[in-house]
Amino acid sequence: MSAIIIRNGRVIDPANKRDEVVDLTIVDGRIADKSSIENQKTESIDAKGLIVAPGLIDMHVHLREPGFGHKETIASGAHAAAAGGFTTIVCMPNTLPAADNPATIAWIKDRAAAAASVNVLPTGAISKNIAGEELAPIGSLGQAGVVAITDDGHCVQNHELMRRAVEYARMVGLPVLDHCQDYNLVGKGVVNEGYWSTLLGLPGWPAAGEEAIVMRNILLAELCDHHIHCQHVSAVGSVRLIREAQARGVKISGEVCPHHIALTDEAIQNFDTNYKMNPPLRSKADVDAILEGIADCTLSILCSDHAPHAGFEKEVEFDQAPFGIVGLETELGIFIDQLVHKHHKIDIVRLIEMYTLEPAKLLKLDAGTLSVGAPADVTLIAPDLEWTVRTDQFQSASRNSPFDGWKLKGRAVRTIVGGKTVWKL
Amino acid sequence: MSTNWNRKDLLGLRELSADEINFILETADAFKQVGTREIKKVPALRGKTLVNFFVEPSTRTRTSFELAAFRLSADVINISATTSSLTKGETLKDTARNLEALHADILVLRHSSAGAPQFLAQRLKSSVINAGDGAHEHPTQGLLDLYTIREKRGKIDNLHVVIVGDILFSRVARSNIFGLTKLGARVTLVGPSTLVPREFEKLGVAVSNQIDKVLPDADVVNLLRIQHERQRKEYFPGISEYTTLFGLTKERAKLLKPDCLVMHPGPINRGVEIDSEVADGLQSVILDQVTNGLAVRMAVLYLCGGIAA
Repeated sequence: MSAIIIRNGRVIDPANKRDEVVDLTIVDGRIADKSSIENQKTESIDAKGLIVAPGLIDMHVHLREPGFGHKETIASGAHAAAAGGFTTIVCMPNTLPAADNPATIAWIKDRAAAAASVNVLPTGAISKNIAGEELAPIGSLGQAGVVAITDDGHCVQNHELMRRAVEYARMVGLPVLDHCQDYNLVGKGVVNEGYWSTLLGLPGWPAAGEEAIVMRNILLAELCDHHIHCQHVSAVGSVRLIREAQARGVKISGEVCPHHIALTDEAIQNFDTNYKMNPPLRSKADVDAILEGIADCTLSILCSDHAPHAGFEKEVEFDQAPFGIVGLETELGIFIDQLVHKHHKIDIVRLIEMYTLEPAKLLKLDAGTLSVGAPADVTLIAPDLEWTVRTDQFQSASRNSPFDGWKLKGRAVRTIVGGKTVWKL
Repeated sequence: MSTNWNRKDLLGLRELSADEINFILETADAFKQVGTREIKKVPALRGKTLVNFFVEPSTRTRTSFELAAFRLSADVINISATTSSLTKGETLKDTARNLEALHADILVLRHSSAGAPQFLAQRLKSSVINAGDGAHEHPTQGLLDLYTIREKRGKIDNLHVVIVGDILFSRVARSNIFGLTKLGARVTLVGPSTLVPREFEKLGVAVSNQIDKVLPDADVVNLLRIQHERQRKEYFPGISEYTTLFGLTKERAKLLKPDCLVMHPGPINRGVEIDSEVADGLQSVILDQVTNGLAVRMAVLYLCGGIAA
C-alpha cells in the first residue's frame, strides 16, 4: 500500500466540473478519497501555485515503430510525451508494417508495456496497408485493442470504401479518424496555395483539398450515423462546415495542432523544411477561423500530430522533404501561451478539458478524469511559468521543430502515470 | 571591389534592391564591351574554380555560364544530374559539400526544386549562383531581360512589359516580375486563367486573359515557352487552342506598337507561342538576349566571386 498526497494545488477536473484548491490523494495507483489513507507510508508533493490536472491525452502522435526506429521509438516517443505533460498518447498506424492487423497491434502493445513511460494506445488502419483499396480487418483490430481506426498520413479517396468503413466501424464501436486530403485537388502540393506559394513557385496545397474531404465526412457521418473525427483541421472552410454540421446534430468533430494556430505560411519563405507539414501552414484568415472554432467549441480537441523525422531526412530540398514536425514537448506550452495568455480564446479549464475529457469521451478511454477510483494519471502544470524551447534538450529522438528558441508561458512541471512520477522539471 | 555589392550568392531578384540590380546591369555594360574585343578574356577570376552543377538538364544556360567563366579566366567543370552522385542516392547537401571540399569557389546550380540554391547558400562558404530553381527564380535570365530592355529602350521605368504564357510554373516570369517592378516598369501577365492565377495580382502586377486587348499598349512582349506535357494536361486543352488564344501570330503582331520589343527566353517553339516571322522579325531581340546573357553572367560571377572567401 502506497499513498501520495498532492497538496495545495488548484485541482481542475472538467469531467467532474471541479476547480478548487484542495489536496489530491492517490492510493495504489488510483485516485482515492483522503479518508482511505490508513497507516501506510505517504509521499507528499507540494503543488502550491500549480494546476493539478487529469493526465493529458494526445490523441495524434506518430511513434514510428515498427519500421522507423531511426526517427523515434515507442520508448523515446513516450518519454517525450511525459516531458510534455502527457500521460496517454494515441499512436497512428502508418508504420512499417502498417498497423492494419492484430499482430502488429500486439507488437506495439508489448513494446509499450516493456518500454513506455506513459500509456500508449494504438489505432488501427482503415484500409489494408493504408492503401485505400480494401478494408483492414477492423473487427479484429478492435479485439486487439485499438481505440480508433484511421489511415492517417493518407486518406481513403474512394468514398464508397470510406462509407463501408464507417458503417463497419459503427458495428465494432470504434470512432473513425480521418486525415482530410483530396489527392486530386492537392496533387504535388507542399505548401498552402496562396500568396506565398505563388511568390516562391512552390506547388500549392489548396484549402479546398481539405474542405472537400471534410464535407465528404460530414455526408458519410450523417449517412452512417456514426462518428467521424477530422484530424488536424487547418482551413477556414473546414471549421465552417464542421460548425454547420454539428448544429444539425451530425456526429462530426475536429482537432487542432499547435503549428496551425502559432504560424502562418509566411514562415516558409526561407525554404526551411521545419515549416513543412501536412496539412500545411495556412493564412492568417485560416488561423483566425481556427481560433474562433476553438473558442466556440466547434473544434474540441488539441493534439500535436507529433511527426519525428531524422535530421538527414529533413535537411533536403523543400519539395523533397518529408512532411511533419515533432510536437509533444512544445504543444502544451504553445497552446497555453497562445490560447490562454495571448489571444484569450479559452481559459485554462477549457484547455485542460480539450486535452482530457474531450479525447477520453471520443475514444471511450478510462482516462482524463480525477474521479475517485480512476487511474492516477496526473499532470502538474505551471500556467505562468516562462521558459524557452530548446530542441537540443528534447527527449524525442528527433529535433525537427520550428519552435527552437521560442519563449513560452506555461508548461507541465510533473507527469504522473498510475501514481508514479515519470517526469519532473 | 565596389561597396555597392556585398553578396556572395545570387539566389533571386526578389531579395535585391533596385540599386543592386542597376549595379549588376552597369557592371555588365563593361563586360559586354569585352565581348567585342579581339581578345575576349579578362583575368578577373583567374585561379578560381567554378562548378556548373546542373541537376536539371539545360544546354543554353549552362553554356552561357561556362563561356562567361572562361572569359573571366576561371577554371570550369560541369556536373550534370546523370554524372553526379545524386543518382546514387547522395543528398544534395553531401554532393555540394564534396564540391566545396575540392575548393570550388563558385557553384552555379540548376535544380528542379524551388529553394535548392537557398538551401546550399546557407550551408556553403562558396558562392552559389541560381541558374534556375523549380518554378521559383531564374535571376540571370531576369537580369539579361532587364539588360536587353534597358539597352534597346534606354530605360525600364514606366515601360509596360507584357509577359505571356505559363506563368504559374515559370521561374523566368517570377524573376522578371520582381526585377521589372523594382525598376518601375508596369507588368501585365497574360495567359490561360489556369496558368495565370489572380493571386499574382498581389505581386503588384496586372493579370489578363485577353492578349488582343493588352498588345496595343505594350512596350515589351516577353513570350514564355509553352509545353503541354503530362503535368500540364489539366491546365489547358492543347497547343493549338493555346496558339489560337495566346500565340503571337503574324496577324496578332500587327497590334504591336512599332517600337515594341519582342522577347523570348528560348528555346522557342516556332508556330506555337510565336510565329517564325515574328521571332525573326525586326522587333525581335531574342538573339540580343542571348548575347547579353553572357555579359550579365560575367558581371554576376565577377561580383559574387569577388565576395566569397
